[in-house]
Amino acid sequence: MGTNITPLANPLPPPTERYSLLGWMHKNLFSSWYNTLLTIITLGLIYAILKPMLNWFLIQADWEVIQVNIRLLMVGQYPQEQIWRIWLCLYLLAAIAGLSWGVWVRGRWFAGLVLLAVPVLISLFPAFSNVSRQQPLILDLIALTSFGIGWVRGKPMRRVAVTLWLLYFPLVILIVRGLAFAEIWMPIVSSSLWGGLLLTFLLTIAGISFSFPLGVMLALGRRSSLPAIRWVSITYIEVIRGVPLVTILFMASVMVPLFLSSGTPPDRVLRAMLGITLFTSAYMAENVRGGLQAIPHGQYEAAQALGLSGFQTMFYIILPQALRLVIPVLLGLFIALFKDTSLVATIGLLELLGISRSILAQPQYVSFQKEVFIFISLIYWVVCYFMSYGSQRLEKSLGVGER
Amino acid sequence: MDASQPARKDRSIPLWRDERYLRIFGQIVFLVILFVFLGILVRNMLANLQQQGLSLGFDFMKITAGFDIGEHLIPYDRSHTYLDAFLVGLLNTVLVSILGIIFATILGIIFGLARLSNNILVQSLARVFIEFLRNIPLLVLLIFLYIGVFLQFPRIKQAIELPGPTLISNRGIAIPWGIPTEVYGTYLRMLAGAAILACLVGFGLSWYGRRTGRSTLAWFWGFITFLIAAAIGWIALPISPLSLDQPAVQGLRVAGGRSLSPEFMALLLGLVVYTSAFIADVVRAGIQSVSRGQIEAAKSLGLSSLRIMQLVVLPQALRVIVPPLTSQYLNLTKNTSLAVAIGYPELFHVSGTVLNQSGRAVEVIALVMAIYLTISLITSAFMNWYNRRVRLVER
Repeated sequence: MGTNITPLANPLPPPTERYSLLGWMHKNLFSSWYNTLLTIITLGLIYAILKPMLNWFLIQADWEVIQVNIRLLMVGQYPQEQIWRIWLCLYLLAAIAGLSWGVWVRGRWFAGLVLLAVPVLISLFPAFSNVSRQQPLILDLIALTSFGIGWVRGKPMRRVAVTLWLLYFPLVILIVRGLAFAEIWMPIVSSSLWGGLLLTFLLTIAGISFSFPLGVMLALGRRSSLPAIRWVSITYIEVIRGVPLVTILFMASVMVPLFLSSGTPPDRVLRAMLGITLFTSAYMAENVRGGLQAIPHGQYEAAQALGLSGFQTMFYIILPQALRLVIPVLLGLFIALFKDTSLVATIGLLELLGISRSILAQPQYVSFQKEVFIFISLIYWVVCYFMSYGSQRLEKSLGVGER
Repeated sequence: MDASQPARKDRSIPLWRDERYLRIFGQIVFLVILFVFLGILVRNMLANLQQQGLSLGFDFMKITAGFDIGEHLIPYDRSHTYLDAFLVGLLNTVLVSILGIIFATILGIIFGLARLSNNILVQSLARVFIEFLRNIPLLVLLIFLYIGVFLQFPRIKQAIELPGPTLISNRGIAIPWGIPTEVYGTYLRMLAGAAILACLVGFGLSWYGRRTGRSTLAWFWGFITFLIAAAIGWIALPISPLSLDQPAVQGLRVAGGRSLSPEFMALLLGLVVYTSAFIADVVRAGIQSVSRGQIEAAKSLGLSSLRIMQLVVLPQALRVIVPPLTSQYLNLTKNTSLAVAIGYPELFHVSGTVLNQSGRAVEVIALVMAIYLTISLITSAFMNWYNRRVRLVER
C-alpha cells in the first residue's frame, strides 16, 4: 500500500534563507563578542576615514583647475581645429561596440543602458562643461544604430565585427597621426603634440597591438624543439621580465638613437612605444604560452593523423584555440599596460600623469595637487575597473574556467 | 639485410629534404640573421660613440662622483667614486625592497584574511581597499603620497609630536634611535651566542618531535630562547649597549634620533600598500583553494581553530600561494625603480645621475639592467627553494 514511493513531479526547491533585518545584522555583524568588537572598530575606522574625505570633497576641494585644463588632460596640445579626429575615433568605437553588442550580447538591457548613459553622465560633470554637449548624444545614436544592424543581421555580422576590432587600433593611430597624402583635411599632427589621456590610450593600444605578434612568436619559439630558437626566446623573455619597465624605457629613449646609423632619430613617442612593445611582448609570450599549454595533446595527434604539417597544425588547430583561451588574460595585460604607461612620464612624455605634473608646475596651480591627482586616479580607476569587470564577464561567457 | 634497409632509404632522401639537416640548417640561418642584426646595431653604436668621442669601458667607475646622495647606508660623500655611488644606490634599493616585502606581506595577509571575514563590514572595507589600489598606477600613488601627503606636513617649527617622541614634519619623520655605546661590540657577540643557543634548542626540539611524533613548536621555543638570552645579556651588562637618542627640534632642523626622509617614507608606504592589495588577493585565493570539507573534517576531529589553520589550511594553501607571491615580491623589487620620480636615491635614481654626469649611457644602462636581473634571479631562486620545501608536504 504505502510502500511504493512515486517521485514528485516538481520537487520544491530548498527553502531559501530569509532573515529579517535584525537577523541579517546578527548573522553578519554581531554573531559573537569579537565579531561585535570588530564591527565597532571598523565603524570607527570608516568614520575616521570618511569624515575628512567627505569634508574635503564637498567643502574644500576646488575643481576649477580641472575645468580650466580639461582639454590638456584629455588630448594634450592636440590642435583645437583637429579635435574632430578624436571624436571620429570615438564614433568608430561606439559603432563597433554597438555592433558587437548586437551580434553577441543581444540581451542584458540594463547593462547596455548603463553603457549608453555613461557618455551623457560624463558630460554632465562640471569639469567637462567646456566640452560640447551634443557629442555624447551623437555617440549614443551611432551605438544604437549599429546595435540595430548587429541585432537584425545577427550571425553574418560576426566576421565583420571581428575584422573591425582588429582594424580599429591601427586605424586610430592613423587618424590621430594624419595622412600624408590627404594634407588638406587630415594634416599630420606631430606626435610631440599628443598628450593627456589620448597619449595614454595610444601607448596602450600600440603596445598591445605590436607586442601581440611578437609575443605569439616568442611563445612558439619557447616551445620550439629547435634549441637555438628556444634558448634565444627564453633568454629574451627572462631578461625582459627580470628588469623594471623604467630601465627599458630609459634604454629605448637613450640608446635607440645610438643604435641607428645616422639621420634624425625616431621621435620620443615612437621610442616609448618601442620600449613598451619590447617589454610587453615578453609578458604576452608567457600568457600565450599558458594558452598553448592548456591545449590537450590529443589535438596535435589528431591533426597529425589528418596529415597536417607542423605549420598547419599550429595555425589552423592549436593557435585559434589557444588564443581564444588567453583573451581574458590579454585584457588583464591591457589593464596592467594601461597603468604602466604612466611610467613614460619619467622620460618626459606628457601622457595623463606627465601633463598633470606639468600643469601642477605652473605657479597658479601649485596648491591643487590633491584635486588633480585624485581626478587622474579616478580616470585610471574607472577604466581599469570596468576593463577587469569586462574580462571577468568574458571569462565566464567563453567558459575558460570550465575546460 | 634487414638492418641495412633503413640506411639505404635514408641515403635516398636528398640532403635538402632530410628533416634532420633542415633543422640544423634552419637554426644556423636563424642565428646568423640574429647575429647580423645585433652586429649592425653594435657597429652603429660604436660608430656613433666614436663620433661623440666616447669609448666603451668601465674605467669611468673610478672617477670621483662629485655629487651628494642624501641617504646612504655606507660612508659616502661627493669625493667618493661612481662605483661607491652605485653601491649606495644598490644598498638603498635592497633596503627598501626587504622592508617593503616584509610589511607588504604582513599587511597583505591581514587584508586577505579580512576579505574572508564573516563580518560583512570588515569584508567590504577590505574589498574597497583592494579594488581601489589594484586599479590605479603605482606611480600616481607614489607621487600623490609624496607631494600630497608627506610634503604637506607642517614645517619643522610646528612639527607634530607623537608619543615616543616621534616628530612629523615636511622634512620627514624623526623617530628615537639607539646609539651604540662602548659595550655594543660585546653585546653583539652575546647575541651571536644567543642565536647559536636558539638554533640548538630549535634543532633539538624538532629532532625530539620527529622521534616522538609530538608537535613541539620547535622554532617557536627557539625564538623564545633567543629573546630570553638577549634580554639576560642586556640586563647583565654594566651599561646598556644602546643609548636612546631622542629627536628634538633645534632651530631649523631636527637633531638626534633617526630621520626618515619624506621620499623614503612615500616610497615605502606606496610600495607596501600597493603590493599588499595584490598579496591580499593571492592569500585569499590560496585559502579558498582549501576545500571546506577539509576544515569540517579537522573540526570534527576536535582540533582548535588555530591548529586547523596551522596543520590543515596553511600547508595546503601555501602551495597555491607561494608561486604568485614570488612574482609579487619580484614586482615590488622592480617597482622600487619608480623612486626616480620622487627622488629617493635608489639604484635607478643614482644611475640616472651618473649617466647624466658621465655621459656613459651604454655602460650605465647595461650595468643597471644586469643588477636588477641579478636581484630578480636571486629572489626567484630563493622563492623556488622555499616552494620546493613547501611542496615536500605533498604526498
